[in-house]
This record gives sequence, C-alpha cells and structure tokens, in this order.
Amino acid sequence: MASAVHISQVSKSFGAVKALRNISFEVNEGELFGFVGPDGAGKTTLFRILTTLLIPDSGEAKVLGMDVIEDYKKIRPQLGYMPGRFSLYQDLSVEENMKFFASVFGTTIEQNYELVKPIYHMLEPFKNRLAGQLSGGMKQKLALSCALIHKPKLLLLDEPTTGVDAVSRKEFWEMLRMLKEEGITIVVSTPYMDEAKLCDRVALIDKSEILQIDSPGNLTKAFTKALYGIKHPDKYRLINVLKDYEFADSVHPFGEFIHYTDRRGSIDESGLNEYLDSKGLTEANIQSIEPDIEDLFMSLMQPEELHV
Amino acid sequence: MNAFMGFVVKEFKQIYRDTRTLVVLFGMPIIMLTLFGFAIRNEVSNAKIGVLDLSKDEVTRELIQKLSVSKAFELNAYLDNYDQIEEVFKQGEIKEVVVFENNFANKLVKEGKADVQVITDATDPNLANIVQSYTGAIIRDYVQEINDNGVAVKAGIQPSVQMMYNPELKSVNLFVPGLIAVILMLISALMTSISITREKEMGNMEILLVSPLKPHYIIIGKVIPYLLLSVVNVITILVLAKFIFNVPFNGSYGFFFFESILFIVTALALGVFISSVAQNQQTAMMASLAGLLLPTVLLSGFIFPVESMPLPLQVVSNIIPAKWFLIIVRSIMLKGSGLLFLWKETLILAFIALAFIALSLKKFKVRLQ
Amino acid sequence: MSELAISAKGLTRIFGDFTAVDHIDLDVKKGEIFGFLGANGAGKTTAMKMLTGLLSPSSGEAKVSGFDVYTEAEKIKKRIGYMSQKFSLYDDLTPEENIRFYGGVYGLNDRELKDKKDELISSVGLEQFRNKQVGSLPLGWKQKLAFAISIIHDPKIVFLDEPTGGVDPVTRRQFWERIYEVADSGITVFVTTHYMDEAEYCDRVSIMVDGRIDAIDSPSGLKSSFNASSIEEVFISLARSAERGDG
Repeated sequence: MASAVHISQVSKSFGAVKALRNISFEVNEGELFGFVGPDGAGKTTLFRILTTLLIPDSGEAKVLGMDVIEDYKKIRPQLGYMPGRFSLYQDLSVEENMKFFASVFGTTIEQNYELVKPIYHMLEPFKNRLAGQLSGGMKQKLALSCALIHKPKLLLLDEPTTGVDAVSRKEFWEMLRMLKEEGITIVVSTPYMDEAKLCDRVALIDKSEILQIDSPGNLTKAFTKALYGIKHPDKYRLINVLKDYEFADSVHPFGEFIHYTDRRGSIDESGLNEYLDSKGLTEANIQSIEPDIEDLFMSLMQPEELHV
Repeated sequence: MNAFMGFVVKEFKQIYRDTRTLVVLFGMPIIMLTLFGFAIRNEVSNAKIGVLDLSKDEVTRELIQKLSVSKAFELNAYLDNYDQIEEVFKQGEIKEVVVFENNFANKLVKEGKADVQVITDATDPNLANIVQSYTGAIIRDYVQEINDNGVAVKAGIQPSVQMMYNPELKSVNLFVPGLIAVILMLISALMTSISITREKEMGNMEILLVSPLKPHYIIIGKVIPYLLLSVVNVITILVLAKFIFNVPFNGSYGFFFFESILFIVTALALGVFISSVAQNQQTAMMASLAGLLLPTVLLSGFIFPVESMPLPLQVVSNIIPAKWFLIIVRSIMLKGSGLLFLWKETLILAFIALAFIALSLKKFKVRLQ
Repeated sequence: MSELAISAKGLTRIFGDFTAVDHIDLDVKKGEIFGFLGANGAGKTTAMKMLTGLLSPSSGEAKVSGFDVYTEAEKIKKRIGYMSQKFSLYDDLTPEENIRFYGGVYGLNDRELKDKKDELISSVGLEQFRNKQVGSLPLGWKQKLAFAISIIHDPKIVFLDEPTGGVDPVTRRQFWERIYEVADSGITVFVTTHYMDEAEYCDRVSIMVDGRIDAIDSPSGLKSSFNASSIEEVFISLARSAERGDG
C-alpha cells in the first residue's frame, strides 16, 4: 500500500521548548489514523508540519509523496484541513461559509455535493443561520463540510471533537468512517482516549514523543500486566486503601471501577479481598478485566514533571 | 479569479454585518470633522481686550473703533494708567491690553512712526499669539488704509504680512486635509491590520494558506474593501467640508483623488505589515494606534508645524507619509496646485508607498511561525 | 439548616423567545459530588450561571447554600467557589501571587492568607515553583492549582466547569482524587464534564437535554433504569432525542 504520509525523525522546537522529538510514522493510503494524547503533547505542531505550515527543524516529512518544504504549493490544494481552534466565519451563514470555502478552493458546492451531502444535509435546515449561532456539534459538521468541499485526498483534522458532547462526538466518528469508505485518507487527533479504538491505527503521543503506534487491538495487547477491576460504593476509601496496600503497583479510578495492577503480577483475588475486608471495605467486587488503551497510555506515559 | 471575487464578497459581507465596525467607519469622519470644525478652532472670536489710550486723538479713536468692531475682539475695558493693566489681567477676563503712546497721531504724521504696545496674558500662549497677530494685522490694515487714502504723508511703516489663501485664518481649512490623513490612516491601516489578525486568531488563516488561493490574493482581497471604503470616506469629508464648513477647494478633483489613493495604498501596506508581525487583534490595534496614528497626528504638521519641531523630529517627519500627503492636499485644496508644483512630494509619497508594499509583501508569510 | 446544598424548583430562564433552561428541579445534598451533564447547548452554562448568582432566573425558585438566588446573590457568591477551564489563573503571575490575589478577592486577612498560602502550595506540590510564572506550568498542574485556589475561602459548594478538558489521563485521575478529598471534607462539588467515565465518579448525576433535566440519579441507578452498561449509553440515548442545536 502506498503511503500518504511519511514522517521520519522529525523534531521541532520553539525557542527552548521542544514541541516534537524524533517523531517517525507512516500513514497508509485510505487509512484512518489517530493521534491520541493530552493538550501540549505536540499534536498541533505535528499537524502544522503535515499541512506545510511549519518547517521541521530536522528530519524528513513527506505528504502524498511530496516534500513538505519544497513541494508545499503542490501539496496544499490536495489537503482538507480543520485546525484545532478553527471556528469558521461566525458572522457568515452556514451556506455562505460553504460557498466561500468552495470558491477559495476553486470549486462549487454542487460539483462535490455527493461527497459532502451526508454531512451537509444535516445542516441544510439551518443554512441561513449564522455560524456563530450553531452548537458545538453543528459547527464541527460545518467545518468538516468546508474541509471536504474540494474533495481532498488527505483529510487532516486537529482535535475536531474537543469540547464537543458525547453524542456529537459519536456522530462525528461515524462520519469519518463513512469518508474513509469513500477512499479518503484521514489523520485525526484527539485528547479523548476512548476515541482511539475508532481508528485503524493509533499513535499515542505525550510530551513531544510518540509512545507507541499500532492498531487499537494490538495496542491493548502491549499491556502485559494482569489488570483487575475493583468496585465498592465507597470509592474514595477504596482508592486510598488500595494505594496503601503493600503490593499495589497502580491504582486508577476508571468509571465505576478502580483499575488495579499488582507488583506480584497476577494475584489470588481472595488475598486482596481479605485485605480490603480488614480495612472495613466488605463486599468489594474484584474481577480480572481486559485493559483499555487508556490503561496502556497511563502505563507508558511519564507523569508530568516540573522542571526548574 | 473566481476564488478572489469570492474572497472580496465575503470580506464585504463581514464588514457590513459588523455594526461596530460600520459605526467606526462612517461615524468617525463625521464626528471628527464636526469636532475639529466647531470645537477645536485656532481662530479667536470675542476675546476680551482692554485699551489704554494715552493720546486720545482721532487716529487712536479710529484704531480703537476698528479693534472693537472686529469679530475677534470684544472691547471690555478702558484703562487710565499702567497700574491697572496687571489688575485686569489678574481678574482673568481680559486677554490683551493695547497701549497707545502719548501724542500718537502727531508722531505718526510727523515722524511716520508711532508706538503701539500690545500686552497679552500669555498664560495661554497659543491664544496670546493669535490675539497679538490679529491686533497687528488690524493696525497694519489701518496704516495701509490711511496711506492709500493719502490722508497722511507716506508713512514709514509698510504692512509686510499678508495672509494669503486663507485670509480669514480659518483653522478648519487647515484641519480638513489633516483629518483626511488621520481618518485614512485609521481606516486603512487599523482596520486592515485588525481584520487580517482576526483571521489568524480564529484559525481561518491556516485554512486560507493551505487553500489554493495565492497568498497575495489573500492580501489584495483583504485590502480592496477598505480601499473602496476609504474613498467613500474621502468623499464624505469633502462634501461635509465644502457644504458645512465652506472650505474652499481650488484644485483638480482628479488629481486630489489620485493623491488620496496613493496615500490610502501606503496606509494599507502599513496595515498589512502590522498584521504580519502582530499575533492578535489587540497587538495590531496598539501597534496601529501608537505606531501610525500618533505620528500622523503629531509629526505630520497636522497640529504642530514641522518647521517648529526640533531637528531630529523634523528628520523623522520625512518618513511619515502623512507629512507629504498634507503638503499635497493643502496645496491642492487651498492653492489649486497641480502636479507641476507637487511632483516632488508626489514622488516621495509614491516611493514610501512602494517601499511599504515591498516590505509588507516580504513580511507576509506563507507559513506559520 | 437544611440538608441541601442546592435546591431548585421549576427554575427557568428565557432569552427572548428561547427557553434556555426549562423548569428544572434539582436537589444536591451536602458533601455530595454532583455531575451535571448535558449536550452542547442543552442549557448547562445558563443553569450554572443562575446557581452561582450571575444570572437572574426568569421564573422558578432556587436556593444555594440556603440563600435565595434572586435576593441573596451576594451572600451566595461568598459561599461558593468556581473554577472553569476557560477562566482560571493569571499566567503572568506566580502561584503565590495568584493565591494572594484570589485570597484577597475572597476577603482573607493577612494571617489567614499566609497560612493558606503554604498549605495550598504544598497540597498541590508546587513548593519549588512558587516563584515561577503560572504560564510555564503544564496544564494539569495549572488546573490543580486553580482548583485549590477555588476553595481557598472554604466555600460550602464548589462549581467546576469542565475542569479536566485536555488534561492527560494520569493527571485527570489525580484531579479526581483531589475532588474526592474535598468532598470528604464536607464541601459539595458540582461538576460538568464531557468525559463520560468521569460521570461514574460522581455520587449522583443529572443529564440535561433541550433545557430540561431528563434524568437524575446515581450512576448505577441510571444505568439500571436505562438498562445500559455505561453512563455514556444513557447519555447518548437521552441526548439523541435532543431537538435543538443552539450554541
């Protein structure tokens, strides 16, 4: 399979701040590739390099087979881009925004209507409303429509779902799936770990470095420790009691459970139960569970350290 | 080209929808012209003066008569001796006392020379200056009159000062060209720099840069609406100036608009330049106000004559586009001058315009930083 | 003294012909961690503004910490803490200066401030950074500091508006442990979030749709009554029915 993005040993600094350190990855044509990591991990810098808006300090970056420095003029028209803080023109209506971006990309809404139709038709009832008056989810649909209007080969979406509610996020990922079926290569970033499993392949990124790249299925396999989910109504005490346990390795609240790993590897659940009983946490529910990508991420990432 | 038109149309729509911008755009020229035209005047009317006439002959009486009928003065006090002068100044109403020496008429006829002492309250130096020069002008007028009428033998004093082109010394005539410069600078540079940095702040600039739209189209597309609006503003000011303030316009309108557009283009280039350096709208606004508007007001000769500035500032004033624009516009409006007389200033202005366009094109980045 | 930190009945706010918040009923117990969920534009922000005394309701009644939102807004403001992702600390001041500023805002005297300052800086773990500008701290630390400052005046209730947005998973959990600690000390926590797993950390959760509160219960209660395996499922099944898409 041909590669849509080829990044090798790319670094970028802003003054003394290292935004990216020796980043390497490939995105195959037709793939839905995700970057998952918290704010400040370097996602936006990476997207700006991919969109040819920033020049890397070192390393090689090729997009659609072309060099981001020399061939930027040829690359740009083939990209669909949604920057993180992209907010469209608030004082233009939905339709005017669409028309504007169509004209900027030298096309018309009608020309590529088939591609944007499934997304844009949800907006059509509001086409005369100003973009500034749309909800987060609708704005995001409009921004996606605008990025697609010229039928780009590669879609680059920088944190499209940040600050958007769970329903809109789910719908958005359904749209991305559909666009992938149309053959468009998509690179998307998100701070929400649970969205990682919706990608074909995922790069976990933290503090300017890629922690791991793989398919969601393989990623969780990389988490080799035995993981236990423990449940008790008094969650706060459960956390503290588990942290005090002499064999405790990691203790993380995870939805209704506390995710627990033990320094001894796999454990005899009754021993732990006895300990919890002795601390007055009777009837705690302990079960062996499958790890999540978030479990892996937490095991790989270094805690945020402060540098003097 | 289609993409470019789409850009300009979008720009107009945004300006049109932004009520605050519209108010600034069209309200400002009207408010400023009214302010300068009515409130902030350099000419004096009804300044209270006193007279100490030690001669009390027909010449002094006629002169006093002339002073008192002038619109500039209101004769408020007849004094009897020098001691009273300080007293009236202390009371604060009287701004000037005119003293005629003893035997005034006789001296004037016999010696061809007589002394008038003009004492002014200089706590407000500006006012004092103006009042003094008015008084001087009235007296010289009178002297010329009696010379022409042959009433007296040709007297030794020849009136040497004559206020040409702006005989009433109406300040509004001088302010209008300055106002045009200030308003054009404000709208062209400030508005463009703000509107370009807004695109950056909203993240839209990233998309536009990535789009096939050529970078210089982005600039021109941003600039054209403000160019047109600026021209509309020039017309507004001219109409107001002519019909409300009766400011004369003696030159060619075509030439005037040619020079105005030259100046607008310079201001727009400056706006683009600021926006390529400033990261957000506040910075752009501060840079435009402090870096462009202040020099335009203070160093161009709009309020303070360039000639009376210290030398270093005079040198600096040469790179202020508004200085040249002011010279040109004042000449066109008041003297009716054409390119024949103004080619040098026009050339300088054109050179500055080209320099700033080159600079801003060079500074405009096709990438982010 | 009532046992309720917040009680609202029929609370409504209308903007023009638009009903942003439509007759919501809400009881939050003292010391509870209450999750306030809703889709974008469901009216969460407006409801929070009414409860924090920033916005007058159009109709209905509400008491916060025993005070009426119509007539005693100033008293309410003294007894609540507030932190949001958008508005938090001054980046160009140091942690100490931020603490001194907010402490001053909440009327702490010099002695209280001095005690609080050290206690607070060590609770967040910023001893070595008390003289660095806040802007140079990582996001997670800023949020922890902002949270600590929001309760500097020992409020009865603290309102947290998406406190963990964009924060890494480990720091996010540390943040929640702090929330537990604070709730354990008796302060009521009223929190909004887009992370559905965080909803599970709350004692009780409400879900707002189109200006109404469509569900309010403990996470496990919600899951069983909606026959769902996670709060996310409950949320999606409720919010899918939303009709309005305003901002």
